[in-house]
Amino acid sequence: MADTNGHPEKPVDTASPAAGNGSGNGPGNGGSAVAKVLANAKAVQARATEELKETIKAPEKTDVWKSILRVKHDETPRSRALGVLSNVFLHLHPAKINRDAVAYKYTWGMGGMTFYVYITLVFTGTLLMFYYHPSKVIAFRDILYLESDVPFGKLLRNMHRWGAHLMVIMVELHMFRVFLTGSYKKPREFNWVVGVLLLVLTLLLSFTGYLLPDDQLGFWAVTVGTNMARATPLLGHAGPFGPQLGMTPFNDVRFGLLGGSIVDSNALLRAYIWHCVAIPILASAFMVVHFWRVRKDGGISGPAPMMLEREIKDVKKI
Amino acid sequence: MAAVLGTLGVNLLMFLRFFFPRALYEPKTKFLIGYPSDFGFGVDTKFQKDFRIWVVRNTEGIFVISAICTHLGCTPDWKPSENKFKCPCHGSGYDPEGINFEGPAPRPMDRAHVELNPEGQIVVDLSHLYSWPKGDRSQFGDPGAILRNV
Repeated sequence: MADTNGHPEKPVDTASPAAGNGSGNGPGNGGSAVAKVLANAKAVQARATEELKETIKAPEKTDVWKSILRVKHDETPRSRALGVLSNVFLHLHPAKINRDAVAYKYTWGMGGMTFYVYITLVFTGTLLMFYYHPSKVIAFRDILYLESDVPFGKLLRNMHRWGAHLMVIMVELHMFRVFLTGSYKKPREFNWVVGVLLLVLTLLLSFTGYLLPDDQLGFWAVTVGTNMARATPLLGHAGPFGPQLGMTPFNDVRFGLLGGSIVDSNALLRAYIWHCVAIPILASAFMVVHFWRVRKDGGISGPAPMMLEREIKDVKKI
Repeated sequence: MAAVLGTLGVNLLMFLRFFFPRALYEPKTKFLIGYPSDFGFGVDTKFQKDFRIWVVRNTEGIFVISAICTHLGCTPDWKPSENKFKCPCHGSGYDPEGINFEGPAPRPMDRAHVELNPEGQIVVDLSHLYSWPKGDRSQFGDPGAILRNV
């Protein structure tokens, strides 16, 4: 299925996924085992080449293409009408849900609760913005001010902080549940990918928020985190092929993240904008797509619908 | 179509270039730290806060260590009682000359270029560093890495 990338199956032997390593390990037949591995590798290579050719020839037939652009986008009145009727905003809320699919025992309710925590974070974060200036010296003073002088400031700050920790934990539990129930499988592969992007965005939100109090903890965490970006291949000045491409501490990817060669006022301002504007907008957009696809892929995945005992009309008596 | 794509492409490049300003207002990398006679034998931490350096005098002369851990860039602490530098982030340890001997640090801490100005004061240049990458030649003996006979 997935290994043929959506193309009809090729008549190539794919029966031994372990590439011939499973058997024939006795002494004396090492040569034949190697030959088997080589033959398998060649077959895999041949199939990959074949698939690559077909992908280039007809990209609209691949799973990736079909999962992003679900339907035909031709210029017929029907397509245009569907463009309006299948509009994402009309389908955020489902008309009906399979009762078994929303059983807490099955879903843990983690997706919905993550969204709820996100809403809480947006709300408390916006309130915190009323007292926070993203510049050196003042930033940390504002934190102290919020903690000690602003009514409910300490409560809001702690709601935001603990909510952020909770969101990361919940996203991971949600992913764990989806994995355990196999809900990443066809036809939900596209939504799994969207979910992975949302996980990354959640972690980025967490990381950019780390620097904002401008305390020692956040400062050194971001120092360490962005120093890893020095070693980015091609784009970092200490990474593979970076120096050869002319990367220095003043023009590489780390510089772009920090707005300077050190973690300073520009870095604080950039983290603030990423944290409060750019990433929330991106995350919200992906969330819309995520929820929409849940509906479009047949609702929350679940076990086959069951009947409750009281709904069984006439029990057959033997 | 080509015009639209071209415009969007140029706009994207402009957007990316926007994040790399032409001038920066970061601390100076070249500064005076006083006369050689101001520094006794051993590690001097009085410039750590202002310039993020330590001045060290040993039997060979005076040199300046850039106070940046070579693991992931934290500032190690000088522990006089243990006679070593210890990084609080991940535990790298360095001897009084900045040579790593424990923890994840991959190489000794870099040293800054030092020279005497006509007045006899020490000029430190942090933009010109000397390092000793693992398995490579040590640059610590190069001219400018250490002030000898001062």
